[in-house]
Amino acid sequence: MVRSSLAVLVIDENRIRASIIEAGLREAGHERVTVIHDVAGIARRIAEIEPDVIVIDLENPNRDMLENMFQLSRAVKRPIAMFVDRSDQASIEAAVDAGVSAYVVDGLRQERVKPILDMAVSRFNAFSRMARELEEARSELESRKVIDRAKGILMKSRGLSEEAAYTLLRKTAMNQNRKISDIAQSLVTAAGLLGPLEDE
Amino acid sequence: MSMSHQITAGFMPLFDSAVLVAAAEIGFAAREGIDLTLHRETSWANIRDRIAIGHFHLAHMLGPMPLACNLGLTPLASETIVPFSLGLGGNCVTISNAFWAGMVAHGAEPDLDPARAGAALRALIRERAAAGRDPLRFAVVHPHSGHNYELRYWLAACGIDPTREIEIVIVPPPFMADALAAGRIDGYCVGEPWNSASVAAGTGHIVTVKALLWRNSPEKVIGVRKAWAEQNPEALAALLRALHHSARWCQDPANHGELAAVMAQPGFLGLPPAVQMPILTGRLDLGGGAEKTIDDFFLPFDKAANFPWKSHALWFYTQMVRWGHVAHTPENLAIARDCYRPDLYRSGLRPLGVALPGANAKVEGALKAATPVGSAGASLVLGPDGFFDGQIFDPDEIDAYIAGQKSARTDA
Repeated sequence: MVRSSLAVLVIDENRIRASIIEAGLREAGHERVTVIHDVAGIARRIAEIEPDVIVIDLENPNRDMLENMFQLSRAVKRPIAMFVDRSDQASIEAAVDAGVSAYVVDGLRQERVKPILDMAVSRFNAFSRMARELEEARSELESRKVIDRAKGILMKSRGLSEEAAYTLLRKTAMNQNRKISDIAQSLVTAAGLLGPLEDE
Repeated sequence: MSMSHQITAGFMPLFDSAVLVAAAEIGFAAREGIDLTLHRETSWANIRDRIAIGHFHLAHMLGPMPLACNLGLTPLASETIVPFSLGLGGNCVTISNAFWAGMVAHGAEPDLDPARAGAALRALIRERAAAGRDPLRFAVVHPHSGHNYELRYWLAACGIDPTREIEIVIVPPPFMADALAAGRIDGYCVGEPWNSASVAAGTGHIVTVKALLWRNSPEKVIGVRKAWAEQNPEALAALLRALHHSARWCQDPANHGELAAVMAQPGFLGLPPAVQMPILTGRLDLGGGAEKTIDDFFLPFDKAANFPWKSHALWFYTQMVRWGHVAHTPENLAIARDCYRPDLYRSGLRPLGVALPGANAKVEGALKAATPVGSAGASLVLGPDGFFDGQIFDPDEIDAYIAGQKSARTDA
């Protein structure tokens, strides 16, 4: 291959995800990678970068604007079309499922683009997994905080030890077939309604 | 009640998704045995892609969008048909305060009159061109949209060449008001509430409205994946009945408060009910203290608003040809003619015994007043449906209509 390095433009408002994609592309040997977070003034940037491949996240509300610009803008010297390999429906589905889309300049061979799209898809999926885990960890932390507050209320109002307060919460949750954090939240809410908490 | 049909639909957070949203939220779909799941999307491109790969069975779409899909104008598009229209009207043209002042200097008045506003805009554009100033930049939501075609129709009819005398760019609806305020665009054509948003912000002025450019004209539709429609005729018929009941409910002023409350939820339009009132009442604050009430500003149900007239699809086709989006060939014309499916609308609604138009197409612009028309079942009133420039679109005379369209500056 004479021209080994494709110019890749990543358009993603999510900076963390964009940097994960960028790292993946660089690891795969793509040196000419540009990341844009904000589409303002993008026509000029495209004219400067002259990308061969553009990767865009599907959450980007500017997709319609970008698609139109790829076709019509004077700044885009070569027509850019959405990457659609009709023979490979599975990879298109995987891309949409992952929330990413790729656009390529006219004439670029599909087999040169597919590894880039595949990489973007796997990195998008990895990012979603990470975001999900982070969210789970965050809500775990939140429930622990709520449970601690509920324990404190029980300890104060009923003179219980910390362990006894926790046991009471756990028993109530089991009897009502609900989560401890839900019971704790109800208790905290009720305490808030019934009177100001001294510990605040 | 057990649900016999599972239907997944996409929509954009715009007020004219209301009939689809209310079908799910007020219970019309469930009453027809449909478990209707709605997914909010961020772009029309996403809706197109998710229909194509089967995530959605159907979606809230721009009226010309299914035509563009079937005519091969978009990537990754599957064959899409239109058995139901989501309403008539609802759009406005808004311009920045500075250029409104310029239009006023050239005779514009805050009366929304398309001809007067167009003449003033033309004078302003010519004055700027003579002074070597940049052309005005207008935004629409998508190249294949009613907004793009009605904006161009209005300008061209007023002697302005929209391909050379102004610039037209694409901006997502929720960003229009900000783009205008920031000076990135000078004007735009979009559905409500994104015009009133600029008026409320004190940065824009509404110059005219879709209902005056072409009264009772098509806007959003239900686009259905054809393969799914063919395999699931009963589910589709049930959905059309649910949408019919929903549309009737949305039209009734007694329900507007509840409808606005539903649409105000973050998962739908996500804007306060007060912002939705102009589209529901047709009473618009134009900017600068001017106010006007527009008849038939937006109709989700009345005037056979849900009937997928082939003449509506064919008019969009003539505009696609006019602005170079597609070549006028017998094959393309046939594709455009087959896209909207009044036959499916009728067969789905027939069990209800409601008024159904007998014809598949009508001469657009022929009704000068509200007119009762012959139809199956109960009575039906259509029109008035005139274009502001008095033109008539006869779908049986497409070649002549296309030949007679001015696509360039013609006042020379």
